[in-house]
Amino acid sequence: MRKLKRSILFLSGVAVSVLLSITYSHVLRTLTPPFAMHARNTYTVRHTAENRRAAIDLSQKVRVLCWVMTQPQNLEFRTRHVRDTWGKRCNIVLYMSSKESDFPTVRLNVSEGRSQLYWKTIRAFQHIHKHHLDDADWFLKADDDTFVVLENLRYSLSEHNTEEPLYFGRRFVPFVAQGYMSGGAGYVLSKEALRRFVKGFADGLCTHDTEIEDVGLGRCMETMKVKMGDSRDVLGRQTFHPYPPDYYLLRQLPRPRPWYLVYDHYDPVEGPACCSDSAISFHYIDAVGMHTLEYYTYHLRPYGYKYRFNPD
Amino acid sequence: MMSEGSSFMKGMALGGLFCLVMTYFETFNPGTHSEGHLHLHHHLKPLSKEELQKLSEGQMSALTQQVGVYCLIMVTPKLLVHWATANDTWSKHCDKSVFYTSESSKALEAFDLQEQDEWARMRKAIKHAFENAGELRWFFLARPTTFAIIENLKYLVLDKDSSQPFYIGHTEKSGELDYVEYDSGIVLSYEAVRRLIEIFKDEDKCPERGNALWKMPEEKQLATCLKYSGVFAENGEDAQGKGLFNKKSVSSMISDSMGQNPADVVEACCPDMAITFGGMSPSQMQVLMYGVYRLRPYGHDFHDSLTFLPPKDSDND
Repeated sequence: MRKLKRSILFLSGVAVSVLLSITYSHVLRTLTPPFAMHARNTYTVRHTAENRRAAIDLSQKVRVLCWVMTQPQNLEFRTRHVRDTWGKRCNIVLYMSSKESDFPTVRLNVSEGRSQLYWKTIRAFQHIHKHHLDDADWFLKADDDTFVVLENLRYSLSEHNTEEPLYFGRRFVPFVAQGYMSGGAGYVLSKEALRRFVKGFADGLCTHDTEIEDVGLGRCMETMKVKMGDSRDVLGRQTFHPYPPDYYLLRQLPRPRPWYLVYDHYDPVEGPACCSDSAISFHYIDAVGMHTLEYYTYHLRPYGYKYRFNPD
Repeated sequence: MMSEGSSFMKGMALGGLFCLVMTYFETFNPGTHSEGHLHLHHHLKPLSKEELQKLSEGQMSALTQQVGVYCLIMVTPKLLVHWATANDTWSKHCDKSVFYTSESSKALEAFDLQEQDEWARMRKAIKHAFENAGELRWFFLARPTTFAIIENLKYLVLDKDSSQPFYIGHTEKSGELDYVEYDSGIVLSYEAVRRLIEIFKDEDKCPERGNALWKMPEEKQLATCLKYSGVFAENGEDAQGKGLFNKKSVSSMISDSMGQNPADVVEACCPDMAITFGGMSPSQMQVLMYGVYRLRPYGHDFHDSLTFLPPKDSDND
C-alpha cells in the first residue's frame, strides 16, 4: 500500500513538473512580442535610401493647420487612427469636439449631433482665427474619417498666395451659385478666406442659415467673395475625394453618373484616370482603411520603379 | 509524511530534468511554428543598400538584364474575375506572363492545358514555360488570387545566380518537408526548373498521377520532387526578417497588427518591399495597383540603384 502511494506521488510529481514547464514555455512565447516596440514619432522612422529633404522644406514654406471635426465617442475607435497616421504631418493639428480632453481635444461651445455641425465649423474657425491666425498659412478642415496626404496638399497649395481669398477642395455644384467644396473630402481656406469667413459672421453678412456645414460655409464664401480654386492636377485628375478609392478607381463600362458623382462640378472620370497620383484626400475611411492608406502612401513601393507621372 | 513528500519531490525533479533535456533537443513544442523554429528554414534576403552601392553601373546593368521574370499564372474559368484582374494589373510587370488554364474560356486568352488535375497542370505549365523561357532565368508561379509586385521580386533575387537552384517563397513545414506555400507565390530559378523537369521523368520519386488515396496538394508534391533533386525551400524576407510573401490580404495583416501592435501598426506588420499578397478581391487588387504604382507623397525621393520602366500600353500604373 505504501509503495503504491509513493509511486502515485512520484508520478504526480513528474506530471506537475512537466505541466508547469509547458505552461511556463507557452506563457513566455505568447508574451514575447514578435517585433520590438517602442514609442516613435512618425518623422523619425527611417527608410533606407529615402530622402525627405523636399518634403521637409515644403512643410516649412507651406504651413498647414488641420482641424479635425470629431466628438467624444469617436476618439478611441476613429480619431486615434487619424492621430496615429496623418494627423502628425500637419504643422498644427487641432481635434475639435464639444469636450476638452487629454486626446488632446479643443472644446468648442457647441453640443454634439448632425444638426450642430455648421455651428461646430463656425466656432472652430473663430477659435483658429483668434488663437492661430499667424501660426499657419493655410487652414484645412477634415472629418475624423478622412485620410489626408499633407505633402500633396502642400505641393498643390505652394503656387498660390494665401493673402488672396481662395478656397480649395472637391467642387460640388448645387445649392450655392458658385458651388461649394465637399465637407467630407476636406477643404482648405487661405488666410484671407479665413479672415473673411470670421468677418462675415462678425458683421452679420453670414449667418447660421443651414445645418449642412459644407453648404453653409460655401454660401458664406460666396457672400464674402472668396474664389473657388481648382484642385485637379496637371492632367485634370481629382485630388480630393469624398468617398474611398474603390468608388472611383474600378474600371466601369461607360454609364450615366452614379449617385455619388452627381454633385461633381468637373465632369467625373471613372476608372484609373479618376484620381491623381498626388491624391490629397479620401473619405469614409475606417480604422483599417486609414492604416492601409498609410501603408500604400508612405511605405509599400515597387523598388526602382520609374513612375509615369511627375508632379513637377 | 516525509517519505511521501520526498517521493513527490523526486517526481518533480525527474519531470523537470526531462523537460530540460527535451528543450535542449528542441522537440518540446512540435506544433507551434514560432520564432525559435525559423532557423530550421533557409532565409533569403535581398542585397543591402551598402552592397548595392558598391556595384558599378556596368554590373548594375548586367544584373538588371539577368533578372527577367517569366510569370506562370494558373487559372480556371471559375476564377474568371480574378483572372481578368491579374491580366489587367500586376501580370503586366512580368517580362513575360502566360496564363495556363484547365479549360479554355471564351472571355480571355490563355494556354489551354486541357487538364483537370492540378498537379498535372502545374507540371505541364512548368515544362511549357521552360521550353519557352528564351532569355528569362526566373520563374514565378501563382494563381490569379495572388497579387505580386514583380519589381520587388527582382530586387530579392538580384544577386542570386539563376544557374544555381533556388526555390523561394513563404515556407511552411509539413513533417520533415519544407515547402513553399502556393497561395503566396512560388519563385524558381532556371536551374531549379531544369532539375525539376529531369525528375518529372522519374515516376517513382515524382509521379504525375499520385495514388488517388494519397492526394497531396501540388505545393507539397512540388516540394517533394524538388527535394529529390537537391533543391530546398527558402523563406523570402527583408533585412528585418519580415516575410515578403504573404497569403493574407493587406487589410487582414493590418487588422491583425492593430490588435497586436496598436502603437505601430504599419511599421510592425508590413514590409515596404513586399512581394505578394493573397486573399484579395478583384476590387481590392485594383486599389492595390494604384496604391503600389501611383499613390505617393510629394517630396519623398528614393535613390534606388536600379531602374525598372513601366510596361507599355498600360494606364493603371
